[in-house]
Amino acid sequence: MGRYVIRRLLQMIPVFFGATLLIFLMVNVMGDPIAGLCGDRQCDPATAAQLEKEFGLDKPVWQQYLTYMGNVFTGDFGTAFNGQEVTELMASAFPVTIRLTIVAIFFEIVIGISLGVLTGLKRGHPVDTSVLLLTLVVISIPTFVTGLILQLLLGVEWGWIKPAVSSDAPFNELIVPGLVLASVSLAYVTRLTRTSIAENKRADYVRTAVAKGLPRHRVITRHLLRNSLIPVVTFIGTDIGALMGGAIVTERIFNIHGVGYQLYQGILRQNTQTVVGFVTVLVIVFLVANLLVDLLYAVLDPRIRYA
Amino acid sequence: MPEQLPEPLESFEEGQAIAPTGAGGASDLATAEGETLEKTPGGPLGTGPDKKPRSLWSDAWHDLRRNPIFIISGLIIVFLVIISIWPQLIASGNPLDCDLSKAQEGPQPGHPFGFNGQGCDVYTRTVYGARASVQVGVFATLGVTILGSILGGLAGFYGGAWDGVLSRITDVFFAIPVVLGGLVLLSVVSSNTVWPVIGFMVLLGWPQLSRIARGSVITAKQNDYVQAARALGASNNRMLLRHIAPNALAPVIVVATIALGTYISLEATLSFLGVGLKPPTVSWGIDISSAAPYVRNAPQMLLWPSGALAITVLAFIMLGDAVRDALDPKLR
Amino acid sequence: MLLEVRDLHVEFHTRDGVAKAVNGVNYSVDAGETLAVLGESGSGKSVTAQAIMGILDIPPGKISGGEILFQGRDLLKLKEDERRKIRGAKMAMVFQDALSSLNPVVSVGDQLGEMFRVHKGMSRKDARAKAVELMDRVRIPAAKERVGQYPHQFSGGMRQRIMIAMALALEPELIIADEPTTALDVTVQAQVMDLLAELQRELNMGLILITHDLGVVADVADKIAVMYAGKIVEQAPVHEIYKAPAHPYTRGLLDSIPRLDQKGQELYAIKGLPPNLLAIPPGCAFNPRCPLARDRCRIEEPPLYDVTESPVKRSSACHFWKECLHG
Repeated sequence: MGRYVIRRLLQMIPVFFGATLLIFLMVNVMGDPIAGLCGDRQCDPATAAQLEKEFGLDKPVWQQYLTYMGNVFTGDFGTAFNGQEVTELMASAFPVTIRLTIVAIFFEIVIGISLGVLTGLKRGHPVDTSVLLLTLVVISIPTFVTGLILQLLLGVEWGWIKPAVSSDAPFNELIVPGLVLASVSLAYVTRLTRTSIAENKRADYVRTAVAKGLPRHRVITRHLLRNSLIPVVTFIGTDIGALMGGAIVTERIFNIHGVGYQLYQGILRQNTQTVVGFVTVLVIVFLVANLLVDLLYAVLDPRIRYA
Repeated sequence: MPEQLPEPLESFEEGQAIAPTGAGGASDLATAEGETLEKTPGGPLGTGPDKKPRSLWSDAWHDLRRNPIFIISGLIIVFLVIISIWPQLIASGNPLDCDLSKAQEGPQPGHPFGFNGQGCDVYTRTVYGARASVQVGVFATLGVTILGSILGGLAGFYGGAWDGVLSRITDVFFAIPVVLGGLVLLSVVSSNTVWPVIGFMVLLGWPQLSRIARGSVITAKQNDYVQAARALGASNNRMLLRHIAPNALAPVIVVATIALGTYISLEATLSFLGVGLKPPTVSWGIDISSAAPYVRNAPQMLLWPSGALAITVLAFIMLGDAVRDALDPKLR
Repeated sequence: MLLEVRDLHVEFHTRDGVAKAVNGVNYSVDAGETLAVLGESGSGKSVTAQAIMGILDIPPGKISGGEILFQGRDLLKLKEDERRKIRGAKMAMVFQDALSSLNPVVSVGDQLGEMFRVHKGMSRKDARAKAVELMDRVRIPAAKERVGQYPHQFSGGMRQRIMIAMALALEPELIIADEPTTALDVTVQAQVMDLLAELQRELNMGLILITHDLGVVADVADKIAVMYAGKIVEQAPVHEIYKAPAHPYTRGLLDSIPRLDQKGQELYAIKGLPPNLLAIPPGCAFNPRCPLARDRCRIEEPPLYDVTESPVKRSSACHFWKECLHG
């Protein structure tokens, strides 16, 4: 087990540097890192040259990357376009997005798994068919459309929620945005749970459990669910990173000042430090979440643990 | 979004030997009996689990022709392709021909969907919007599939150092959120054609397909008849083309079909964020985005392009689902 | 009589039609008695067993007729909850493939202990102690240390012992063993079979042994029922059958056992395939494969004839049983 963890940690290192380098290159090569620094006007050549020197932009890209990473490891993520420290922006943005992600994961677990279990057990039943159809529809409607429509109906037409989330974004205002963020994944969780349950329902060990004379609820919770939920837990775990990175759309619709909002601003103003900094943290979140999923997998499935 | 695709094809992935088919050998358990009867096309004495490539594809086609979901989604897709090539067939107007005095007006004779914020005809724009979506979907999928299956297939077939490097590269791409990548790469592009968007999708999308292709080539390589062909001295090229490719292709095609839907959805999302396609290109994403401020007075601006978009994506996902069911009856 | 199956019919509703898996089966087992049920895949021997246990998948399965009398009560008339209390406690089943039949993510101790917790309401600790006791009883070495391990950590033979322990946990009256040794190495088969037979004697249980292996049967069974296409085609005490089968199908099965004194000769095999259960041939279901078949066999379905020449009660579903018996 210990060796397994170490091997996974070692595997993360090249991925971490690869992903940050890739994003660093994308921002630097595609954009003009100093364009945003002179406000809305074009920088005059002299100022531009001076700024380039100041930020080390006259050096080769790989050297810039190393300097940047060196700074990151000492906790210096650089300065955002408005002169604020990027770390300050992070301190205000990440808690909001984390709350949003928690709400989304909560919906995935509660609604996704319940619907999946229900439909998996009742395969072929009208309930199954309609839920299955519903998940297809949800998957087909892009998140931003779901968001706009829910905002229109619940926020504007019926006035059940505030169409825009206030700046400190408390949990209760994040319920609908969280549902929107979760929607596509939620549909996948439902389908995955359903397939998994339906497959395991016919497994020999479930038949054994029935032959042992166990009550139905015990057969389901103790034998069927424990096996069926292993892939679902894996999916939800890996989804954490994807949700935080994908929150940008939801945050834009509901005007939530989280990670996505800051990134959007950073990209619009071509601020390298903000964009690379935030993405670096997101990559770390993604990698750590994946590592945890692998460990959790080993905990849930003894066949892996003792392999 | 492509990265959020679940992996319904886990059984195709490397190494994970999932669920040996049915009860083996001499057992005659009721479930196994019921299953075989139910699932093997052509009666209980039909083909065994190790089908040859030809019977796999013809079985699949036999199943598909009788599957209403396949027929419906297929018809929708054919219709979409036709109107994306010849939108004039069903829309006589010009999508860029707008009359500000009619802005946000509701449906009226000759304009069944009403007008948008600039007074353009929503129906005409919705019809013309199909072109951008279909182009992005089809070309991005083609690019991703070709690039991904060549890189992944070779890695799976030859293994070794190249396989290791490629796996790490795929990991790197998986770690970057797709929408963010799109924002960064496309925010500085000022072209108003569909090509930058397609290029971006191919660049960030190929690892998904390469992973699938790699896994299914490895699985196919382990088949007994491939081993037999190898033992009989078949050349690498011959094995790859005659024996492995036809089998490894099935999961790739399924994932590619479903991915096509998600690329269309991703294009709209990027256009909504202002970095995908740009006016005067007519696109559902752009129209949905520009509908946001008028949503209260002119909901038709939001609903029609959204509906068209959702139906398009749905059609491709259902098609992929149907194809998967047909190709892998075990997952039904 | 401990268990009596009367005129049982089971069918499966599939996309391609109705498969008639069991068509009027009658058999019985007494306490301490072993009945071997013999047949090829698809003969309905396992389906009958599952119907007795009440673990058929319904749908697609359906019990379309008959009675299953257990200690005088018709199980098919009981409510599901009453039925459940009998399962595991009064009748238990040993499955073929212990690896897939045991839950991979629950320790064997918990899986054994579950019997006591559910049926006897024991505490977790007591159930664990009982589990160790059971593992000792089926002679698993170091039971105390291994009780917390998972199925994949045991060898095939040990896993099958765990299955047997689970079936015996509550000392049921009836055990149904569905090919209990088929998945095991030949060297382990005898050990597991002996263990099962020994425990059966000790607890005076009825045993239904489902198998296609005639070698196993000769040693442990008291009587044999041979099934073909969902019907019993021959039923007799074990030695009678080995001496002289009264049905051409049984004869075929016996002739296909490899024997040392026939070294060098080609092994006999029954020609053809088992019938398609969606379309069972008219007349005698075995007629397309039968060396003795004639016109009557293709038209008239044979009833289960009493073999009157025999000193003990035996029966055969062949119009020409006499010919077979002397042939």
